[in-house]
Amino acid sequence: MGPKLVVRNLWKVFGPHPQQVLHSEWRHKSRNEVLQATGHVIALRDTSFEVADGQTFVVMGLSGSGKSTLVRCLLRLIEPSEGQVLINGQDILGFHHHQLIQFRRKMAGMVFQRFGLLPHRTVLDNVAFGLEVQGVDKKVRLKRAQELVEVVGLQGWEHSYPSTLSGGMQQRVGLARALAPDPEVLFMDEPFSALDPLIRREMQDELLRLQERLRKTIIFITHDLQEALKMGERIAIMRDGAIVQQGTPEEILTAPSDEYVGEFTKDVRKAAVLTVRSVMRPPGVLVSAWQGPRAAVHAMHQAEEELAFVVDKHERLLGIVTFKAASEAAMKGSACLQELITKSPLVVPADALLESLLTMTVDYDWSIEVLPVVEADGRLVGEVRRASVRDVALAAKAQQPAAPVSPQ
Amino acid sequence: MTQLRPPVTVGPEQGPALTRFLRVARKSWSAAVNAVDNTPLKYVVAPLRAAAAMPRWVWLVAIALTLGSVWSFGAIANIPQGMLVGPTVSRAVDRGVDWMVVNWDVALRSLNFALLQHFLLPLERWLVGLPWWLVAGVVALVAYRVTGPIMAFLATGMIVALAALGLFDLAMTTLAIVITSTVLAVALGVPTGIAMAKSNLVDQAVRPVLDLMQTMPSFVYLIPVIMLFGIGKVPGVIAVVFYAVPPIIRLTNLGIRQVDAGVVEAGRAFGATGTQLLLKVQLPLALPAVMAGLNQTIMMALAMVVVTSMIGAPGLGVEVLNGIARLEVGRGLLGGIGIVIMAIILDRITQGFAKQRQPARTTVAR
Repeated sequence: MGPKLVVRNLWKVFGPHPQQVLHSEWRHKSRNEVLQATGHVIALRDTSFEVADGQTFVVMGLSGSGKSTLVRCLLRLIEPSEGQVLINGQDILGFHHHQLIQFRRKMAGMVFQRFGLLPHRTVLDNVAFGLEVQGVDKKVRLKRAQELVEVVGLQGWEHSYPSTLSGGMQQRVGLARALAPDPEVLFMDEPFSALDPLIRREMQDELLRLQERLRKTIIFITHDLQEALKMGERIAIMRDGAIVQQGTPEEILTAPSDEYVGEFTKDVRKAAVLTVRSVMRPPGVLVSAWQGPRAAVHAMHQAEEELAFVVDKHERLLGIVTFKAASEAAMKGSACLQELITKSPLVVPADALLESLLTMTVDYDWSIEVLPVVEADGRLVGEVRRASVRDVALAAKAQQPAAPVSPQ
Repeated sequence: MTQLRPPVTVGPEQGPALTRFLRVARKSWSAAVNAVDNTPLKYVVAPLRAAAAMPRWVWLVAIALTLGSVWSFGAIANIPQGMLVGPTVSRAVDRGVDWMVVNWDVALRSLNFALLQHFLLPLERWLVGLPWWLVAGVVALVAYRVTGPIMAFLATGMIVALAALGLFDLAMTTLAIVITSTVLAVALGVPTGIAMAKSNLVDQAVRPVLDLMQTMPSFVYLIPVIMLFGIGKVPGVIAVVFYAVPPIIRLTNLGIRQVDAGVVEAGRAFGATGTQLLLKVQLPLALPAVMAGLNQTIMMALAMVVVTSMIGAPGLGVEVLNGIARLEVGRGLLGGIGIVIMAIILDRITQGFAKQRQPARTTVAR
């Protein structure tokens, strides 16, 4: 199956004659030049990206970078000037009015920065709104709304009005309303930006928990890089209406494509975002359990290493063998490696954050200076040395006073 | 900015008291000028300053013309006959109305008849047929629900007073006309207001018409209405509708335009059609404004009912009219009191309804 959502060369120009601007040399000029000479604003410039089914795709940028325009163009709340928006392979820009309404009702759910709740309706009626405009029977839609109110943890508030709720609770209503019609794609326009930091973190965790279960395709807009790194499986960074880089959080952090992106990522506490994968190296000496001590000694000698990792035929880590033990066994003429294997004092999961690596190793005496890194299924994928852990610790210390980044 | 100062010359022979006075005067003048500079008054003062800076000959000509007007300007005082279009315009309007009278007669007559037979008369008959104590009771109940015990008590007292003054039947007749015109005004005004809110073009087209309707003296409406509908209740109702419809149009328009754009966008994002958006989002949120417009419309209808008694609409207004015509001050006064009582009761109750809708609206999340 192809990607859920494909955006191809999407342009949006605000002003009286957008097509004239698009079909002239202004198309290639900078945003400021175009604004000053023609009074048109290029809000989106040739943006393209793909989102896989069930993926959370974060669009990050400062205010005025066009990210809100982008998400509105995907629903045609703002009419794009040029390009394609394919959902399940269908171009929504080609939709008739009726098709568009159906698309918004059945396929899309949206969460707004300022919540956009209907103040004259109770929580339950707000959540049921999407189903109501579809013409779903009252009993059915209220039952469904009740379910979602419980999913977002608002039971007991069904008959309250939005004004009596706190910001966090209002946004829970917004989330429940977006989920009620069971949409395939969830569009979230800075959903947590209006909340205070504590509630924001709580809502982020809650959304991650929900997403684990629901596996919706989510387009998540934010101006907060920390939030982007936390929520996004893929991240696109926008500036002046164009996407300047897209990739996984690690790619963004470790290989910023230009100074603009680098400036953002500079202050991020990398230890809280990056995983062990980013600092590990391929395993030094690898021997299979069926190989003899001689082979192990030879391999270690070749690599000038003090120890070797022993794996089974599925590359799962069995333990370690030291050079000393192996060479003694080889002298004695033992043919079996099996009994020389000792357990590694620490085994590091590849997906652990660097932060947890530091906590893991804080009491470790480093009697053995190389730690194996394994996948969730036990496969050995790399090693971490004392020196690189020390580097991570130093970098984290240097950033200690830095608060979580919020570029706005 | 240059500051105007009064030309002050102080000779050496003048006393210190005068010098002090002039110094103070000069200071306060410049203080006043500076103060004006920071207020909207500067828009008034600026043209005056500009006029003061005009070349001298402009002033001389202006003064000469003004002085000259003490004596007659003779022939040049009047606009030339060729440019005088007033009579032509009024004759054209007359001809237009005549044409309507001739060609629309059947339609207007049947409208007149339908409104009278199927709405106004039954309503009036029913209202007049009600016993005063029942009306007092119902008004008390409604007033109690929407405003509170004090207003309920007062309203009951006022209805009793109406009955005691012998004005009850007349008041019910007036009420019938007010209700009929208000229903028509709402039926006409709310859709117009919605159309204005939905389209800037309609807004720009209708706005000047509303301005015109509201600046036109109320008597002017009576003339074409008499021509088209004759004399009686229905022409009265039509004149009242025209007079009273602008506020509800304006406030419906305003109410819908003031609905939080974020809420409307959310409605659109969930796939609401234009009609659904209007009925489920915009109108409910505009309701307090619409109710305020309704209140204004009812008040204006009540005011106009008195004027329409001149073209034969019955009710309390007739009492006032007769009081004037026959120099019976007492009769006129009673009629006036009756109208004031109705105004108070209707105003309080409709305002109470508007306020009841208020709390739901204060909720736009910030």
